[in-house]
Formats: sequence, structure tokens, C-alpha cells
Amino acid sequence: MSFVFSNENLQTIESLKKRYPKPQALALPLLWMAHYQEGYISLDAIDAIALASMLPPMEVYRVATFYTMFHLAPIGKYHLQVCKTLSCKLCGKEDILTSIQELLKIEVGQTTPDNLFTLSQVECLGSCGTSPVVQINDTYYENLTPQSIVEIIKGLK
Amino acid sequence: MIEDVKLISKKFAIENAHTLEVAQKHGAYTSIDKLFSLKPQEITQMVSDSGLRGKGGGGASAGEKWKLMPLGEDKPSFLVVNCDESEPGTFKDRAIITKDPHLLIEGIIATCYAIQAHHAYIYIRGEYKPFQDILQGAIDEAYEAGYLGENIFNKDYKLDITIHRGAGAYICGEKSALLESLEGKRGHPRLKPHQKECEWYFGNPTLVNNVETIASVPYILQNGSDAYRQYGTPQSPGTLLFALSGHVNRRGVYEAQFGIKMIDYINHYGGGIRGGKKLKAVIPGGASTTILTANEVMEARLDYESMRAMGSSLGTGGMIVMDEDTNMVEALKNLLEFYRHESCGQCTPCRDGSGWVDTIIGNLLKGKASMSDLEKTLAIANTMDGKTICVFAPALADVIRGFVTKFRSEFEAYIRKSKR
Repeated sequence: MSFVFSNENLQTIESLKKRYPKPQALALPLLWMAHYQEGYISLDAIDAIALASMLPPMEVYRVATFYTMFHLAPIGKYHLQVCKTLSCKLCGKEDILTSIQELLKIEVGQTTPDNLFTLSQVECLGSCGTSPVVQINDTYYENLTPQSIVEIIKGLK
Repeated sequence: MIEDVKLISKKFAIENAHTLEVAQKHGAYTSIDKLFSLKPQEITQMVSDSGLRGKGGGGASAGEKWKLMPLGEDKPSFLVVNCDESEPGTFKDRAIITKDPHLLIEGIIATCYAIQAHHAYIYIRGEYKPFQDILQGAIDEAYEAGYLGENIFNKDYKLDITIHRGAGAYICGEKSALLESLEGKRGHPRLKPHQKECEWYFGNPTLVNNVETIASVPYILQNGSDAYRQYGTPQSPGTLLFALSGHVNRRGVYEAQFGIKMIDYINHYGGGIRGGKKLKAVIPGGASTTILTANEVMEARLDYESMRAMGSSLGTGGMIVMDEDTNMVEALKNLLEFYRHESCGQCTPCRDGSGWVDTIIGNLLKGKASMSDLEKTLAIANTMDGKTICVFAPALADVIRGFVTKFRSEFEAYIRKSKR
């Protein structure tokens, strides 16, 4: 098994175990830990999570594939997640998307050749009052214009 | 004129109210003294008398739900706070956890005492990581101050709060799917019991309530149920954090009493329609409620009973406002993509129906659909309604029927254009 949880994560796992009635409940927290540690969830990580949460590896895999935020293969360093649902659509998300595509020369679902940016469209981010919105990794960028998103992405490069 | 009532959003405008110091200067945790002078059953009765209704969309009586929790059992009880907020058009829980997280913690302490739970989980949607960090900061502060942990407020009561992060699944906002997810499984809704009972987390009695419902408890506790009932209507007492998004001048979350006119709310808080345009339609309470035409909006009142009587529902109170230029076929297509993506896939009518209607409306937009296809969408909606484990499919059926029947001419225009 080539995936091992970092010492810091191992300590967190021990303290988390006390917070849940059964170790199975740790499936999601552990998937998140692996996700941050590796940048995605490898099959080796699934085995490690299975061991720690006392679940069969297949069950952990089933869970990992159900939730859209877990990636089972590596993606770009910055994950651009353009909210596509109604409130953002009404307030101009299409222009934001076009602006990103023109700047990075990639389509939705693709990663730039330098592995810096992956572009996705996601469902409602709960930012309807400050739309259009793009979530880059964990950070929300709200009230965007086609120009401001370009500045933000250039700032990341 | 609308009278501003701020029971939950009182501290929203105050800078740094998410810190314990500032929150306490403005009255946070003052209801706790009263809390421990009462018996748990008395708290539940008080909430029941206040008429507080679940604010996550369902609108069921909160007190009646609390009464389903067994007291004095051997098994531990749990409180689960639903902060999965993924309903399009809804962003009120986010306002609470970022602007006044201590109000939520105060509400959790009161609720846990009432149902005698010693552990509360806050299930937060995965995308809300930045807001989760603010909430976690507030919880850490509360632990340090002795408001959480062993012997809270120097009383013989233990309480822990754990934030549990989801990972991008709309359906986990459904309480039984949420509990499945909290147990480390896929978020598949459970079959409903044949009579009313509490929820179960690993076989232990559990209460699931929305963030805003729990955040309403401190006011009721401190001021009594009659004080809460002076706002709103007899059946829908109190206030709700209504929200505005889409084509209005001032989008955002604004608290208001139940029972006020929807158009007054949109004009007063939203500052009317953007660009001086005319109103075309409003989705009243998150995407899953039946759309209202401009004429209906003029009549609509913001309470559960009035909305029900109009053939829609109040839902979460997150209104999506659309102006006269909105293409309703494209708007429906947008929502259908959402539902197709978010169906958990357990029940065939929902899994296949959501995709099928999405495909048909997609074809219609491309000029490849006929009148019978349009009829088919309604037939599929009927097949989805009432035949699935959870209310996802019936809600989607209402969405489809609302758009297709109320704005039928726009759908037919596409079909006529394609024939030429």
C-alpha cells in the first residue's frame, strides 16, 4: 500500500473516532483528508480509508464515486468551478464561462497543458445573491464580471 | 410599508459579530440562564406553543417533531443540524453561519438540552468550506469559554458539536439521506416509517432540523412563545430569512414576517426589477417549488398556507425573480440539468424521468421536438409524482408542470419554429 496518512492526519483520525458512534461514519472525513493530502483519491487511499473506517474497500469506493467533489484522478492545481444553475445563469454566468475559455483555451472538463487549471461547471453553489460565482479550489469569487475573472486567474498564474 | 423585523438577523449588520466577544456584547448566550432553570419538556412545549415551523423548506411544526424524541432512554440521543443548503436560490443558512454563528450554537445548546442530547452534528455542504471555517472558529471559541464540552456554563451538562462536511450532493439535504451520509454511506434517502417517529442515526433517536430553525430557538426561549406569535400569521407564526436572487436591483437575504405580500417584499427589499423591466415570473422558494406568473405574484402572500392555496409552496423562501426577457424554455432546461445531475438514482421514475424530460426539452431547444413530446413531459411528470422514496421526484414533477402549463406558448413557439 503506497498511500499512508500523514502523522498529523493520523492524530486527527484518532480524535475524530471519539466523536462518532461508529468508525464507519469516518468515511467522508477520511476521504476529505486523503483528498487534501494527495490532491485526489487514489485506489491506494481507498484501501487506507477502508482500513481506518472498518469498511470494505468497495464500499468506500461506492461512497467516493457518489459525491461529486471527490476526484478519483489528478486534476489541475486550480479547479475553476463555474456555477451554472438558474440564479447564476440569469445573472450572466455564460459570459464568465466564455471569458475563462478564451483565456485558458480549454473546454469544460479539460485541464490546461501545464496542469495549472481544470475547468468545470457545477450545480448551485449557494451564492445566488452574489452571482455569477466561480469557486476556485475552496475559495468563492463572487459578483464576477468577464473582466474580473480574467484578472483573478492571471493573479493565480 | 413593510416593517423591519429582525429576530434572527439582528446581528447580521454588526461587524465581526462572528466572534464571541462582539456577539456577547450584543446579547449572545443570554437565553442560557433561563434554559437551565426550565425542564427539557418545558422548552419543547414552549417551542411547540410558539408555532415555530421547520425553515428548511418542509415547514413542519418544530415542536411536534421534538416531542417525537424519547426522553430518558438508555440510548444516546443526537441532534443533527442540516446545513446542506443546496436548493438553488437559497443562501440563508450561509448568512447565519458566517454572520452570527454563535446564535446557531446558542440554539443548538437549547435544543440539545430540550431533547437531552449530548452531541450535535452540523452537516454542512462540501462547497461551504470557507464558511465552515468561520463556524468552526466560533465553535472553538465556545469550547474555550466553557459553553461547550464538559459541564457547560458550569452546569452538570455535557455537549459536543462536530461539523461533518458533505462532498457535493444535493440530495443530502433530505434528512434521511443526510443521516445515511453521516453514517458514512452514499446519500440515499430512506423509506419513510408508516407513522410519525423520530429519525435514527446508527439506530439512536435523532432530531434533524435546519440551521435557521435552530437559530430561531434562542429568541423564543428568551421572549416566550407569545412574543414569537406576534409576528406572522396564526398558522405561520414568526419570521423567515427570505432571499432574493435573479433580476432584482438588490439581491440578498432579508428577514421578514410571514404573510406579507410577495410583490411588496420584492419591491421593498429588492428595489424592484433590474433595469426598470417588467416582472415575468418568480420561483417562490428554491427551485423545487412551482413557478408563479407575474399575475400570481401580485396576489401571492409569503406564508405556507397562502402559497399552498396558490398551488405552489413557500419552500425555503429563496425567490428567483425573472424579468420579461427571460426565456422560460431555457430556464426550465437549466433546472432539468440540475435535477438530472442530482437525482441519487435509487428510484427508476426519478433517475430515468429526470434525464428523459431533460433530453426532450434539450431536443425542443434544438428544434427537434413535436407537440406529442411536450405532452410526454407532462405524462412523465405524472409518473414521477408520488412513486418514489423521497420528494425529489414529486418536486421535479411540479417544476415541469409549472413551466410547461403556465408558459406553454413559449414551448409551442419552439415546436412551430422547428416545423418551418
